[in-house]
Amino acid sequence: MSEVSRRKLFGLAGAGVALAGAGAAAGIGIDKATSGDAQASTNTVDFHGEHQSGIVTPTQANLHFAALDVKTKDRAKLQELLKKWTEAARRMTAGQEVVPGGAIDGGTYAPPGDTGEALDLPASNLTLTIGFGPSLFDGRFGLAAKRPAQLIDLPLFPKDKLDPARSGGDLCIQACADDPQVAVHAVRNLVRLGFGVTEVRWSQLGFGRSSSTSRAQQTPRNLFGFKDGTNNIKAEDTDFLRDGVWAQAGDGQAWMAGGSYLVARRIRMHIETWDRETLDGQQGIIGRTKGTGAALGQTAEFDELDLQVGGAGGEPLIAEDAHVRLASHQALNGVRILRRGYNFVDGSDGVGHLEAGLFFLAFNRDTRSQYVPMQQALSSKDAMMEYVQHTGSAHFAVPAGISPTGSWGDALFA
Amino acid sequence: MRKSRRMPLALLAGAATLATLAACDSKGDTAAPGAAGPIKVEATDSACTVSANTVAAGNLTFEITNKGSKVTEFYLYAEGDRIMGEVENIAPGLNRRLIVEVADAGKYQAACKPGMAGNGIRSEFTVTGGAAKAADADAQKAAATKSYADYVANNTAALEEETAKFVDAVKAGKVDEAKAGYARTRVYYERIEPVAEKFGDLDPLIDAREADLQQGQAFTGFHRLEKDLWKQGLQADSPQIADKLLTDVKDLVAKTKTLQLTALDLANGAKELMDEVATGKITGEEETFSHTDLWDFQANLDGSKGAVTALRPLLAAKDAALVSTLDKEFANVQALLDKTRVADGFKFYTELSQDQIKEFASAVDGLAEPLSKVAEVVSK
Repeated sequence: MSEVSRRKLFGLAGAGVALAGAGAAAGIGIDKATSGDAQASTNTVDFHGEHQSGIVTPTQANLHFAALDVKTKDRAKLQELLKKWTEAARRMTAGQEVVPGGAIDGGTYAPPGDTGEALDLPASNLTLTIGFGPSLFDGRFGLAAKRPAQLIDLPLFPKDKLDPARSGGDLCIQACADDPQVAVHAVRNLVRLGFGVTEVRWSQLGFGRSSSTSRAQQTPRNLFGFKDGTNNIKAEDTDFLRDGVWAQAGDGQAWMAGGSYLVARRIRMHIETWDRETLDGQQGIIGRTKGTGAALGQTAEFDELDLQVGGAGGEPLIAEDAHVRLASHQALNGVRILRRGYNFVDGSDGVGHLEAGLFFLAFNRDTRSQYVPMQQALSSKDAMMEYVQHTGSAHFAVPAGISPTGSWGDALFA
Repeated sequence: MRKSRRMPLALLAGAATLATLAACDSKGDTAAPGAAGPIKVEATDSACTVSANTVAAGNLTFEITNKGSKVTEFYLYAEGDRIMGEVENIAPGLNRRLIVEVADAGKYQAACKPGMAGNGIRSEFTVTGGAAKAADADAQKAAATKSYADYVANNTAALEEETAKFVDAVKAGKVDEAKAGYARTRVYYERIEPVAEKFGDLDPLIDAREADLQQGQAFTGFHRLEKDLWKQGLQADSPQIADKLLTDVKDLVAKTKTLQLTALDLANGAKELMDEVATGKITGEEETFSHTDLWDFQANLDGSKGAVTALRPLLAAKDAALVSTLDKEFANVQALLDKTRVADGFKFYTELSQDQIKEFASAVDGLAEPLSKVAEVVSK
């Protein structure tokens, strides 16, 4: 079933990257299996498995996230689309075109089956992850009884300024890849397959991963210039993943076992006013030093936070309203989440400021007891709230991974 | 209002920053401290053993191990039991770390407090080298804070007076009169907002916006009455809300009288006021119902200018070019505001064109950028 990758097919025309030998041997248009493809094995992420990829997968450099609404009331059509999407995702994550013979070999008088902008590009560690929003369970598709109790309508948090046009959605597709064009290509082609059944409600591009999900990755910086997600759950923290990320069969809805709950928040950052804050002020708000990322009072980035260290006068070094304190599992009775956010700059806001921020993505096992209390604490107390504003919000149930013959909709429609 | 303010921190910020700077100055004079590694502290239920009792000034790292059976604490005290640093809640068997910046040579005390109570088990701790104590408070800084304190006092007095009138109008059901007084009253609050925000409990009671409330938090203060007057009509509890507003304002006014501000507070306050404008007023978020955002804008600008005026002699001596830049940018913003004047007030936010809003935003950035440099000049 495996084919030559896009990269292989068009390797001849591609910009001289070092795979000339294999590319030349494969030749254009030859649809056959190739083995021992070093390129593919180093830059593809297995689409199949116990859990969907794109959650604990080491965070790729770029994101295209789309939330969609289902326009049909026909359950079978939705089920059929999920099958089509699965097959397309299987191909694209393997570095193939969305359909065989897609971009140029499908006949001159038909529009190409693949939109073509990812030709010559490697798989780029593309992952595609699907989620189901609360509104999908409203009764249109006979799914009301399948709605997990964990999949709440998120409450309005203090200082939220949510734009309905950037919030909610029946479905979501998270595409992450090391090449932005590969991520965009994937979403674009899935959206195209969905015309007539789904339509895009909103979508978000992200760059510069703002969290690491593996100890092998350096902690990146967000647009405030600070390392973000030092304390994130990592792929190696298997106990935390089991307890805090993966839904279990006994959690209520057995079909969600092995899945997770995804919270997406578009957080606008007022970077212009932030840039006028003194270094001392910035570090105090975050609770970490800007250089190494060490928590105040500590010396190295991964030194454990110590919330009970006082400085002059006995005042806590990490202030009561410092971001790291409020977000820490120490202050939240052990609550942790897996974050997988990205930075964004969506042009400018019309009054000469960058429309910039953090597209926050987090996976947790039970949003009610993990994300919600954390965000309540942050929204009501975090000194950083002065510089950020939540402008979009969505919540999705992300089902478990599938086998090489399965479909994204199998568990839900079983 | 500013969304949330770091109250205790803001109060401390001036002093803390000054101490840090003094320490930086001294660094050149001292041998690299901490080169010998951390100072080990072994705490038991009856002893507090410190591995060194004489060290060079600088960043001192203590590593505390609790070998006792009780939860303990560790403190480093300066003379008069002034806390230099502390670690609380060290459970038995645990190691914790405390990094303290000690800039000044002198006699200190290390203390463990098994059971987290009492005076602790103390030992002498000597710091050598370091610099002489920071120079006495600069007379110019003192003059600046004195001058600004007068500005605050004038505005809080007016705030109390105008709030009383506004509250009377609300309670008498005189909607038009109350509406006319609303923006005029808030001017005095908006001018000194960074000061008001130092009182973390009162500011939200007086000035919280509906969108900023926490779950279960009552909607009180100016903006609740704004909603009554412009949107939903006076409610059964409007008189109580009005009374409470006056009580809270009086409380605030009383508290500001005891507030000790530093020159750095003034500098930061001047900048914060323009950040307020940038994130709250220019977006029309502050006055959702009355749309009197430009009144607040003018008041924030006045307040920022008030703080800079107080600092002016100090700034002029240290960075005359910055002062002339600030003068120019303040005038620029003021000129734009003047174009929107109507009678003794301003246009409503909803009457502004997108171009005007953009022009304001750009002018405010032009002012806020040099304003953000004032703190460093002041701290030099």
